[in-house]
Amino acid sequence: MSVARLLVPPRAKRGELVEIRIAIQHPMETGFRMDNMGKVIPKNTVSNLVCRYNGTEVFRAEMGSGIAANPYLQFYIVARESGAVEFSWIDDRGEKGSASAVITVTA
Amino acid sequence: MTASALAAEPKRPEPLKSGIDFSGAEVRALQQDDFSSPAMLWITRGEKLWNEPAGKSEKSCAGCHQDARASMKGVSAKYPKVDPGTARLTNIEGRINQCRERNQQTAPLRYESDELLALTAYVGMQSRGVPVNVVIDPQNQRNFRRGADIFYTRMGQMNLACTHCHDRNFGRKLLNDTISQGHGNPYPVYRLEWQTMGSLHRRLRACFFGVRAELPPAGSQDLLDLELFLAWRSQGLIVETPGVRK
Ligand code: HEC
Ligand code: HEC
Repeated sequence: MSVARLLVPPRAKRGELVEIRIAIQHPMETGFRMDNMGKVIPKNTVSNLVCRYNGTEVFRAEMGSGIAANPYLQFYIVARESGAVEFSWIDDRGEKGSASAVITVTA
Repeated sequence: MTASALAAEPKRPEPLKSGIDFSGAEVRALQQDDFSSPAMLWITRGEKLWNEPAGKSEKSCAGCHQDARASMKGVSAKYPKVDPGTARLTNIEGRINQCRERNQQTAPLRYESDELLALTAYVGMQSRGVPVNVVIDPQNQRNFRRGADIFYTRMGQMNLACTHCHDRNFGRKLLNDTISQGHGNPYPVYRLEWQTMGSLHRRLRACFFGVRAELPPAGSQDLLDLELFLAWRSQGLIVETPGVRK
């Protein structure tokens, strides 16, 4: 199960800068750690995360071994029209996750 | 075990202080921010699991307990507690697994699994702000005494007891940690060093390891008894689940 927490303000004024926050539960295995038996734990990170605002890509992150477990990202977008803020990501093992929220933009 | 066999008469630290008061500003800020706190990911997951049907019964926790915010409020503050059915001391993890086995008719969750941590944290969070409230009575007296005995007895290659660090030396530095009073009120916690959520028993095992003593397994009688003693000792503090630690 891929769990995420997404924070998008439900309402904004047109042209306003709004803060988007997302936290994803993921071990972000570096590929440098070993298990109790001395075997290397394969690298598994959220390698690709994309955010789309009404279908248009507005943010992309490629995260590797340098990012701590349970990554937390925060950035800003300009509120232009009402619609969906959608995230999707995939990790090295091919496991996919997604989260989305709706923002209402008023004049 | 009789009172005279105790290594010391049980006492609460004075003034009573939560572990978060010994944490740095960054850790305190994280624990207080319900969005940024990584522990909240386990709460989100716990809430999902609470509502998911499981086992032969095809019932979810919510199917019997409805809204956890009402039904589980104050529950974890009274744990560990002697289960009337089995007459054994049970913590929240154990109680959840009982419901899985008896009521949902499915396998218990592994101690320290993400699922059990998530449900424990989710149930625990419904008591956030509620005073820790265990009562020592004839049913749990023996567990309490055993827990106290472990707390005050020297152990391991370092020959130290819990009391030496958590009663006599709280507020002092040990390597790069500030020693707290050793309370269980924020557990399970997200520990930055672990990069994940961990149970109270995992933390206790780390302390046993620290003094180079033999490690009791998670969920063992020793750790349950200790958990009860710690809950009694932290009476006066409030539940802070889910906590964040360095
Ligand atoms: C078929 C019904 C049923 C299901 C499903 C069920 N429980 Fe329970 N649960 C009970 C009953 C009955 C009790 C005992 C009630 C009491 O002691 O007041 C109980 C007690 C508990 C308690 C202790 C309450 C207290 O006041 O001490 C907790 C915690 C708990 N359940 C958690 C869960 C969780 C988490 C799940 C899902 C994994 C779950 N239960 C699923 C019926 C159920
Ligand atoms: C050598 C010193 C030492 C001994 C002995 C020791 N601990 Fe700890 N303990 C620590 C340190 C350091 C930490 C991490 C910092 C803190 O929270 O106190 C800690 C953390 C804890 C915590 C978590 C507190 C929190 O707020 O997160 C608990 C509970 C605890 N210890 C209980 C025990 C118990 C029970 C024993 C005896 C079995 C014990 N400790 C023995 C040093 C010690």
